[in-house]
Amino acid sequence: MAAHRTVISMSDDVMVEIQRDHLLNLILKGEREDGRAFDEFREISIKTGAIATADGSAHVKLGKTELVVGVKIQPGEPFPDTPDKGVLITNAELIPLASPEFEAGPPREKAIEIARVVDRGIRESKSVDLEKLCITAGEKVWIMFVDIHMLNNEGNILDAASMGAIAALLTAKLPMSQYGMGEDIPLPIRDIPVAVTVVEFGGALLLDPSRTEAAIASTSLIVITNSDGSISGMQKSGSESLTFEQVLQAVDMAKAAADTIREKFLDV
Amino acid sequence: MSEKPEHFIIDGKRLDGRSVDELRPIKIEVGTLGRADGSCYLEWGNNKVLAAVYGPRELHPRHRQNMTRSVVQFRYNMASFSVDERIRPGPSRRSIEISKVSREAFEPVVFTKFYPKTAIDVFVEVLQAGAGTRTAGINAASLALADAGIPMRGLVSACAVGKVDGELVIDLMKEEDNYGDADVPVAMTADGQITLLQMDGHLTIDEFHEALKLAKTGCDRMYELQRQALIEKYGKESMIDTEDDGGAPDGDIDE
Repeated sequence: MAAHRTVISMSDDVMVEIQRDHLLNLILKGEREDGRAFDEFREISIKTGAIATADGSAHVKLGKTELVVGVKIQPGEPFPDTPDKGVLITNAELIPLASPEFEAGPPREKAIEIARVVDRGIRESKSVDLEKLCITAGEKVWIMFVDIHMLNNEGNILDAASMGAIAALLTAKLPMSQYGMGEDIPLPIRDIPVAVTVVEFGGALLLDPSRTEAAIASTSLIVITNSDGSISGMQKSGSESLTFEQVLQAVDMAKAAADTIREKFLDV
Repeated sequence: MSEKPEHFIIDGKRLDGRSVDELRPIKIEVGTLGRADGSCYLEWGNNKVLAAVYGPRELHPRHRQNMTRSVVQFRYNMASFSVDERIRPGPSRRSIEISKVSREAFEPVVFTKFYPKTAIDVFVEVLQAGAGTRTAGINAASLALADAGIPMRGLVSACAVGKVDGELVIDLMKEEDNYGDADVPVAMTADGQITLLQMDGHLTIDEFHEALKLAKTGCDRMYELQRQALIEKYGKESMIDTEDDGGAPDGDIDE
């Protein structure tokens, strides 16, 4: 690891410029820098229950990208417009421990986008049955805090965060006993939404971008699909446009990858 | 908030009488603000939005400057009184995200390379919100950029597609936005390059294909209205340099 230190002092922007041509040439030959196929993910590892103090947690490794998602659940007041529904609050912290380009302080644009897209997938798929999280209508409901904590950024934070969030929720327990309400019970989960980022680079579409690929590819489409193949969220991110054909192809690629991830890593 | 309607579409008509592929009434005025380099006021259904463009101008702080291109900055903001329940002034997580994707809707079309080290600032202020404020803001911003004379590959036009009563509809009104099954805001150029795409709700892949086509229909119509608004402002002969004649130096020489 220490061997990389000398290059890190050079601005990442400069490195990106140097590597752009190299990566583009590889893409034109149908190759990637680490030898993966365009639609191939790096190795995925999801360990749930990693944090004993959380009500649900997952430690995700996606290649060398690494993060922890912790879920804390506590009783609180419902939103006035949904008095009989539990509350889901998702936050992402891109802490400076995880990368030289991250800075301390309140979440910025990138972290907010990650949190909101992950949240959108869980919310819009109606994955968590929020109606079952009502304790006393209008007064008390369960509030779920999903906190995404970045540990090491080697690219594709969003997909790792999405896997971690749903894995943590799937194994989370409502802390009933802590509040004198009986036995702890599992969270009512109905669906397993999986977000997959498709990046566009040199006219090609790639899955699971590494850090260099993510830095070079200026545009991505994030597609969140559910167990039945339906779509519950989407977000184009980045400074270039996409064609109709690219969008439709990206949706198909994302769905296929999500199906595999769901089956292999999120089957409980 | 109003109650969820039992039906959104009755005899092919939506709650406000529109057909499924009809836009709400739109009023556009270009160049409404004196201080801005470019501006636009847009009403769309119950939305009232203003867009202003300043720049290209010097970007501060200097470390944010880009030596090879202009930096596009976009601030989407809702007035505290623009919705039923007062919202706290200042940026929210929602407005920060909208600002980001809106900026990215313009980055592909603005010729930023012409103006290194500068900023092109776009400000969108939602005065009255009635569903679809981000698309309204983008449509207004597009014209404000044109009004400011910023070189662009073309106008960006935006429109949302949604799903109510199992049917896809364009340009969601408030009830359809609040209680509908899906919302897909899209922005694109006239030649169909997609510059903004978001989606939430529930759609099958086939429905999404259809939604994207419908979005193109909506954006095409919006493009036509935007073009008309620019012609209205700049297309008339009287607009071309007639006011400056009084300042001409010739004619007074033998005084």
